[in-house]
Amino acid sequence: MASSLPQGEQALGSVLKSKQKTKIGEFFSNLSRSWTGMLGFGIIMLLLFLSIFGPWITPYDPMHAEFSKGLLPPLTDGHLLGTDHLGRDIFSRIIMGARVSVIIGIATACIAGVIGTIVGIIAGYFRGWIDIVLMRLVDVQLSFPFIVLVLVINAIIGAGLRNIIISLAIGGWVIFARVIRSEVLALREKEFITSSIATGVSRLQILVKHILPNLFTPIIILASLQIGTYIIAEASISFLGFGVQPPTPAWGNMLNEGRDYIFSSWWLVTFPGIAIVITALGVNLFGDWLRDTLDPELKGE
Amino acid sequence: MLDFVIKRFLQVIVVVFLALTVVFFLIRLAGDPTTLFLPPDAPREQIEEYRELLGYNRPLYVQYGDFMYNAIQGDFGESLRSQEDALGIVLDRLPATFQLAITSLILALFIAIPLGVLSAYKRNTVFDRIGVGLTVVGQAVPSFWLGLILIFLFAAQLQLLPSGGGGTPVHMILPTLTLAAYSVARFTRFTRSAMLDVLQKDYIRTAKASGVPTMRLIMRYALRNSLIPIITLVALDLGVLLGGAVITEAVFSWPGVGRLLWQSLMNRDFPIVLAGVFIIALIYAIINFVADILYAYVNPQIRVK
Repeated sequence: MASSLPQGEQALGSVLKSKQKTKIGEFFSNLSRSWTGMLGFGIIMLLLFLSIFGPWITPYDPMHAEFSKGLLPPLTDGHLLGTDHLGRDIFSRIIMGARVSVIIGIATACIAGVIGTIVGIIAGYFRGWIDIVLMRLVDVQLSFPFIVLVLVINAIIGAGLRNIIISLAIGGWVIFARVIRSEVLALREKEFITSSIATGVSRLQILVKHILPNLFTPIIILASLQIGTYIIAEASISFLGFGVQPPTPAWGNMLNEGRDYIFSSWWLVTFPGIAIVITALGVNLFGDWLRDTLDPELKGE
Repeated sequence: MLDFVIKRFLQVIVVVFLALTVVFFLIRLAGDPTTLFLPPDAPREQIEEYRELLGYNRPLYVQYGDFMYNAIQGDFGESLRSQEDALGIVLDRLPATFQLAITSLILALFIAIPLGVLSAYKRNTVFDRIGVGLTVVGQAVPSFWLGLILIFLFAAQLQLLPSGGGGTPVHMILPTLTLAAYSVARFTRFTRSAMLDVLQKDYIRTAKASGVPTMRLIMRYALRNSLIPIITLVALDLGVLLGGAVITEAVFSWPGVGRLLWQSLMNRDFPIVLAGVFIIALIYAIINFVADILYAYVNPQIRVK
């Protein structure tokens, strides 16, 4: 008998514990079961760390040019990844470039996500002619290559951080609109919505209380899957001489500047590219994991 | 079916029309093009004269109407630099783009289909993991960077191939590889999922149980039946290839429409930009049109909707 008491207590304890198990705990226990998800999450954390604390951890000033130290190969004079044609430390510039990529990826996803969600809700909830007009518009835009669209818009409205975000968002909102619309259409048919309508709940209340919360998951999944696309698109456009302009260090314009030295100094075109690949890989792996976890129906698609 | 075809054809026209309209107004709102050709200290009369000569002093809607009226007849004006017909310059570059895109497409299919079939047939084995892994990594590699790395390896280090330019078949190798690699990841995924669908069917199990040899089972029974969804998916994806071609052409100085568009954007040579947008939108819309018709043809449910 004496031994059963602690055992009972233990059982009770574990029940309480499991009830108190927070969402964050659940997130990490799910994450720990997928090594690709963990890898993606780790890369994203590293990126966020670099983009927040970048200025304090760069070994050199990323903007400081010193012509006598131009084109030093990696591991010379304390330059881990070498220097560029102006003698700027490439490692420091890559760290600062992380901030540009993170800002562009997240800002674009937010703007494109908000616009696309609003359009998707209007089209899916109100149906009728407004749905037809909006979705035709989406179809039309989707029948033009994304990267060319962003390039042309950015070249015309002018380069720069703010304008590349605007250009990417103009190119990106349509996917959100289409996905959110189909989610809203599916939700409208669900019993809890039809019964709310039957009991006379107002349209606005249904939208805010029932539809919007249920759109949160698809929006997050889609945004996380799109961020990688935005980061690669920005790098491509900055590489073509638009987008983020020098001397601001962005991985795309570093590759553009390094291009002229490809025959003599390989490190200029190698390391910023590796940074892009690791970033896009991390974001995509995390996005895939998030989709598989939050929306198991889509798994494997 | 005819209804569907007509509806989709009208959409092609709307796409091209809207693309031109948007780009036209963006260009006009971005600034007066005359300032690009005159020195900043040019006298007012000269600017006015130039504006009048090029018609920029008229109201915007008149300019737009005029532009559209001429564009319908294939007249996009003259290049602001070379004074040649803008559409003519673009059309001259079209064969080079087609050459690059088609060769890359064929190469990509030759790599992606076997890879996808293997990945699906050996589902959840090492082969599948490698196949899936390659597609995941492939999607993270920007095509322009892959191009740079190929230039570094084959032109700078091994000195086997030219780093850019056009003309000879040797010049085609690196851009073709780059553009093909850009599509391999997606095509492999299409093939894998189409094959997985078919491989679950009863007739495959029956054929397997009755002792049909593996190779025959895959080629005759499974791949043949998944070819239609693969082809439609690939056709729907060709626009992405076209977008990739623009970047690849810029990396390798390939004399196609993409590089021309890029250079004209750099030079702010707007008649060529508009003619280029027109051609790209038209090709892309036609590809989508054909792909949709194909898709509707093999999948009657679409037609009814």
